[in-house]
Amino acid sequence: MLRGGWLDRNLRYVFPLPALVFVFVMMVFPIAYTLRLSTTEWSMSSMAPPSWVGAANYASLILSDDRFSGAVWRTFYFTILAVILETLLGVSIALALNREGRGRNLVKTVFLLPMVATPVAVGMVWLLIYEPTIGVANYFLSLLGLPPLHWLASPRQALPSLVLVDVWQWTPMITLIVLAALTALPRDPFEAALVDGATPWQTVRHVTLPLLRPAIVAAMTLRAIDALKTFDIIYTMTQGGPGFSSETLNIYSFVLGFQYFQMGKASALLMIFFAIVLGSAIVLSWARRPVEA
Amino acid sequence: MFTMRANKAWGNAKTAAAERCAREGATRKVRSRDRLRKEIAHVLLLLVIIIPFVFPFLWMAVCSLKRQADIIRMPPSWVFRPTLLHYQEVFRQYQFTHFIWNSLVVAAGSTFLSLVLGLPAAYSIARFRQRKLALVILVARIVPGITFLIPWFILFSRLRLVDTYTSLILSHMLVGLPFMIWVMVPFFESLPKELEEAAMVDGSTRAGAFSRVLLPLTGPGVLTSSILSFVFSWNNFMFAVVLTGARTRTLPIAVFNFLSYSEINWGGLMAAAVVITVPILVIALIAQRYIVAGLTAGAVKG
Repeated sequence: MLRGGWLDRNLRYVFPLPALVFVFVMMVFPIAYTLRLSTTEWSMSSMAPPSWVGAANYASLILSDDRFSGAVWRTFYFTILAVILETLLGVSIALALNREGRGRNLVKTVFLLPMVATPVAVGMVWLLIYEPTIGVANYFLSLLGLPPLHWLASPRQALPSLVLVDVWQWTPMITLIVLAALTALPRDPFEAALVDGATPWQTVRHVTLPLLRPAIVAAMTLRAIDALKTFDIIYTMTQGGPGFSSETLNIYSFVLGFQYFQMGKASALLMIFFAIVLGSAIVLSWARRPVEA
Repeated sequence: MFTMRANKAWGNAKTAAAERCAREGATRKVRSRDRLRKEIAHVLLLLVIIIPFVFPFLWMAVCSLKRQADIIRMPPSWVFRPTLLHYQEVFRQYQFTHFIWNSLVVAAGSTFLSLVLGLPAAYSIARFRQRKLALVILVARIVPGITFLIPWFILFSRLRLVDTYTSLILSHMLVGLPFMIWVMVPFFESLPKELEEAAMVDGSTRAGAFSRVLLPLTGPGVLTSSILSFVFSWNNFMFAVVLTGARTRTLPIAVFNFLSYSEINWGGLMAAAVVITVPILVIALIAQRYIVAGLTAGAVKG
């Protein structure tokens, strides 16, 4: 096996090395640097150099920053509402298509589009659709005899309107994952259910859904991690407004860092944000485990 | 009494026979009517599912062809005289050719470099079972991208790399490279070990076996991960908004700036949105199978 020269003997180190260097320079070092910055008071717009303040940034965020606590709440509100709606809708669509069989390929093709379309472009179109006076959203409501909404213009309705865009964009992913899982299901349990005289609804409820559980939970996990980090759509459509009514953690940290240039405080916020996303990812992967065992 | 009963019986028999006769013809009719009804219900169901997902794209295209006066008309007009005026604006006045070129360079550059770094790393992780290494790289999937952005911004400013392709390509690789490894590790694991062992018995080195025997087989995996890495880079907004300047502005930033000019030029905005989306949609439609595989990778394997 040692026929090759030095390269072959050290392949396991040489091959991953460039990627590792990249990971260190572009990921590990930045995270460590952010952690260090989070313990300093540093405004890039002033000439003063960073000064060490310990946990003061964390304390001020957690104890006395209403914008921060609002952003935490809105981040979870956005994520939980979006993931629940996407799962209900995505799984229902997958099941409806599975029973009928035909038209699946057409739906698969159409469903790709929202997921790959450029978020900024998606944001622009929805901005026009939501426009209170010239948007078609209110026109459709009027056709149904419903009163017009303010959509993004109202502090109350802005975040739910953004959830709706996320649902439009990402329900397809849940559908595609569930459809893929459906084709991989074993036939036997379904035949047994048929023999036992189960109604279609009973079959779905007691056979299909339990068998799909691992795929559904996996899809929800992926979605939840990404939804927590939603940036493009919110920033292009509302930039956190009106007021702070749609400001999530991602938007607030961006504003702190790149509009107020408060690098220390922004870094502390990012470390908390990172911990929240990582914590959620760990909790969600626990939810998967019992099924796999 | 008796006759009545007999009559009734006779009548019953007659209707039964008639029914039987009729039924044979009718079942076919009923069945085909049933099938037709099911077919219609199915088509309706498909439309109800598909239309909401297609409509915004359709609306984007329609409004990009309308004059401002037609766009702001309520109720919306479906019949109007189309104009290419907004597309002319987008290319002449707002110089979108330049932004398209920037986006192309950055997306192609970051995809290419992700391949160069990612393929050997993925092979090594797959063959030598370097689980920890894989885990470190996958952390990039979880960490909010903006955590990296503050240090990058400081670093790139000091190195005078803000507003260069270099900083953009490197930052976009943060998404591209882990994705490349994420898709390629299982791909290499699925290739039988015997392939490279045979090549090595024939006197090739392991590195030679990798480049001459394995790489040519990686087509589908490379295609999947390259297309998606390209798409992610093309769509990237957050990194580009901080790291681009006048020279290197990419399409999403150009479109966003369109919005912030005083009065919203909806037609122009929609034309710009069409220009940025169409290439991605075309790629997605052509390489459908690979894109679905890539987007749902990981979830299905569990």
